[in-house]
Amino acid sequence: MTADAPSAIRLVGLSKAFGSLTVLDDVTLDVRRGHALCILGRSGTGKSVTLKSIVGLIRPDHGEVYVGDDAITELDSRGLSRVRRNIGFLFQNSALFDSISVGENVAFPLRRHTDLSPREIEQKARAKLAAVGLEQDYAKMPAELSGGMRKRAALARAMALDPPILLADEPSAGLDPITAEEIDLLLVRTKEAGATLVVVTHNIPSARTIADELAFLHEGRVLARGSVEDLDRSEEPLVKQFMRSESGG
Amino acid sequence: MLATAGDGFVFAARAIGEACRPPFEARETLRQLYELGWRSVPLIGAAGFAVGIVLSMHTRSSLERFGAEALIPAGLAIALVRETGPLVAGLLLSGRIGAGIGAELGAMKVTEQVDALEALAVDSFRYLVVTRVVACVVALPLLTTLMNFTGMLGGWAAETAISGMSFDLYFRSAFSLIGFADYVPSTIKTMVFGFVIATVASYLGLNTSRGTEGVGLASTRAVVYSSILLIAVNVLLVRIIFFLFPESV
Repeated sequence: MTADAPSAIRLVGLSKAFGSLTVLDDVTLDVRRGHALCILGRSGTGKSVTLKSIVGLIRPDHGEVYVGDDAITELDSRGLSRVRRNIGFLFQNSALFDSISVGENVAFPLRRHTDLSPREIEQKARAKLAAVGLEQDYAKMPAELSGGMRKRAALARAMALDPPILLADEPSAGLDPITAEEIDLLLVRTKEAGATLVVVTHNIPSARTIADELAFLHEGRVLARGSVEDLDRSEEPLVKQFMRSESGG
Repeated sequence: MLATAGDGFVFAARAIGEACRPPFEARETLRQLYELGWRSVPLIGAAGFAVGIVLSMHTRSSLERFGAEALIPAGLAIALVRETGPLVAGLLLSGRIGAGIGAELGAMKVTEQVDALEALAVDSFRYLVVTRVVACVVALPLLTTLMNFTGMLGGWAAETAISGMSFDLYFRSAFSLIGFADYVPSTIKTMVFGFVIATVASYLGLNTSRGTEGVGLASTRAVVYSSILLIAVNVLLVRIIFFLFPESV
């Protein structure tokens, strides 16, 4: 991880509106390879839309999204599929496939995108579940898990292919403090292994643990951006209030 | 309304196009064939048997007036194979399959599972829609054939209870007037029914909004719209069959 590492993700003048509601307004951000960016902000300020734009699930009205050298907004479905194989995405509501078991959820991307044998796939899926503390829950259905366990299983699925980029939408929301800390440390280890992280969170302690850089979104715009220390020193009232809240905004 | 119809038409055309283009989702298609087809066997079998009994009783009460009881098996077989079997099977399956697909895809949509598929570099249209369409197109003729057969069994059960007619005599009499032009076109017609049910239900499911209320609405509409469309398409197909197979008039 170096300060002059090339950009893994770049958002340039990104704007998005749903009807008359402007969610993103000229957002420009970049995340260097191997770095972690935490996006902070109050609910409804466009954080999740930013993440979904990066992976091409939402098309911006204006602006460009680059993942490496690929302009996401210009790719066809095959191109998008190629880029998405290098991105793990943790959804805010987990989005586990509820018709298959937890283990099969984690094995799903391995079956789709690798040539591993069924035995190797199961071993790897079990290892990923063990990393999030769910080694005993391979055969359970998602409906049998608590909200926090579902979130951890979804994180295991997002990391199944060891993607070089991991996008996580509130990874520690709904988790007890000890599990939240374990997830934070797992994300830090993932970053240290060379992955680029973009994490949306309300949890300031998590952000302090994970982030190399913070971006504070407000009403679709980047209100403040910099290191944890930079935002700690910010004179912006909203940012000040947010950063002082140890439990999150 | 027109815009929705146009969208639906484009959706259906895309389903046909994608079904003809590799890669084929064989594993998921087989799973859908099991879920939508095999698991409908008890419903279709039981319904066919009951319809056969009722049709036999009505046929007997009509033919008795002309002293033509001997024609009961053949009359029932023709009625079942040409129209009653395909239409009743289609309507029953638009209830079971249409509601199931509408609710399942609707729930997947509102819980971001469809987005999760896309984020995992899986073409959600091919994986969710094309597999269900192909499964329905394959399953409907098979289930209709089952309905025809159990209908005739029901007819024999009713007839043997009244007149003591043997199984062998009943079925030789039933098949004596049925030809290629009776069975094949009307059974192939159900492939179109399968296509209608799966595309209408998938379209409504994937366009679900407004949370759980929307899921219920998608499910109900899937049944209502696919049933109405199925009946309308049936009128058109019967005209086409009479044109192409004049011997079946």
